[in-house]
Amino acid sequence: MPALAVGPRVSSFLALINRDVSLAARAGGNVLLAISFFAATAALFPLGVSVNPAFLFRIAAGVIWVAAVLACLLSLDRLFQADYEDGSLDLLALGPLSLESVTLAKIVSHWLTTGLPLTLISPILALLYRLPQSGTEALAISLLAGTPAVSAIGAIGAGLTASVRRGGLILPLIVLPLLSPVVIFGAGAVLATLDHISNGALPLLAAFSLGSVLLSPFAAAAALRLHLAA
Amino acid sequence: MTALGGLRGERLTLARGEHQLFRDLSFDVSAGDVLSVEGPNGAGKTSLLRLIAGFLEQSAGSIALRSGSGETITDAEERAKFVGWLGHSDGIKPQLTPAENLKFFARYHRRGDMDSALDRMSLRRIRDLPAQYLSAGQKKRVAFARLMLVGRPLWLLDEPFSSLDAEGRALAAELITRHCGGGGIVVAATHEPLGVPCRHLQLGLA
Repeated sequence: MPALAVGPRVSSFLALINRDVSLAARAGGNVLLAISFFAATAALFPLGVSVNPAFLFRIAAGVIWVAAVLACLLSLDRLFQADYEDGSLDLLALGPLSLESVTLAKIVSHWLTTGLPLTLISPILALLYRLPQSGTEALAISLLAGTPAVSAIGAIGAGLTASVRRGGLILPLIVLPLLSPVVIFGAGAVLATLDHISNGALPLLAAFSLGSVLLSPFAAAAALRLHLAA
Repeated sequence: MTALGGLRGERLTLARGEHQLFRDLSFDVSAGDVLSVEGPNGAGKTSLLRLIAGFLEQSAGSIALRSGSGETITDAEERAKFVGWLGHSDGIKPQLTPAENLKFFARYHRRGDMDSALDRMSLRRIRDLPAQYLSAGQKKRVAFARLMLVGRPLWLLDEPFSSLDAEGRALAAELITRHCGGGGIVVAATHEPLGVPCRHLQLGLA
């Protein structure tokens, strides 16, 4: 009965997600931090560039996507570091889940507390840029499809820098180049909708997300093993 | 708790980089034994515990865990499933209360009676206080309660009595005695007497 064999592990997996989400939702957690950073950056941009609606309308998707990626990166350096520093990582590694599953649970929690809330408030920011409804929808869908890749690829960087003091400064250097496809396809999907063309950016973005969520736990867990052996 | 037969380390050598921590270290303990690992700072006590837990790999030698049914386990990943860990860092989330911290581990390991674990270390009074307000000794008690809750047969303890008061030490010693009475094994790296009958392993004499 494979279902029975898998069942117990799933409940450990959910327990870990539950703990991380509730830690992130508390005071000083990363949910509010990510949302406020995202909203502040996206709102500040038009003030510095131009208030010309025709121009804003074209740059909206690119700006909002970059703001979203940076907002997700803000809390990534603590993804494993907090658990590494307080000894929780040792305990998690000795538990019933493989380190790969622990990493996947952490990716899911990170997305639930950053990528998902950012996607949900993106329509409000789209108003600032006067995006039409079709563009707003495309933006939200592209964020929904692309932000899991940010958490997943970010986890590799977070795993590599788990024991590095001020790892938050190195992490973007490792992760941002790998995330350029997300920004290109994400913003590209919105522009295609605005221009009424079909460029295949959204399916590519979704495929990129899926691939990175499936593969990056292995890379991040391998990085974590190096820290556990240190 | 899964029953254990014993734990044997044979001619273990551990090198970290160029530096050799210990060489040809052997020990053999059976179910119910406490092994007190002693030695000066830097002798490799913590590293030996991390080696047994499977975090580190020995440069030479072997570690074998015998299960209650007489099966010998040499694979480090398999061995990790028997380990209850109490490390130098307590693994307690400061934002969560002792009860929430333990509840997570009970759910993660899908076992354990949280209330009896809290009572055993006499933590009932502070169970709902955020752990950031607890003293180091109180956190150590929570860590002991977690060890009991998780219910693994091979306990690896790093400086288990540091920052505990007299009552805390007595409670911890009682927990260790009960654990061994139930057929468990305890390996503890320590600078002070454990207050329970134990065997000794001296490091740093080589």
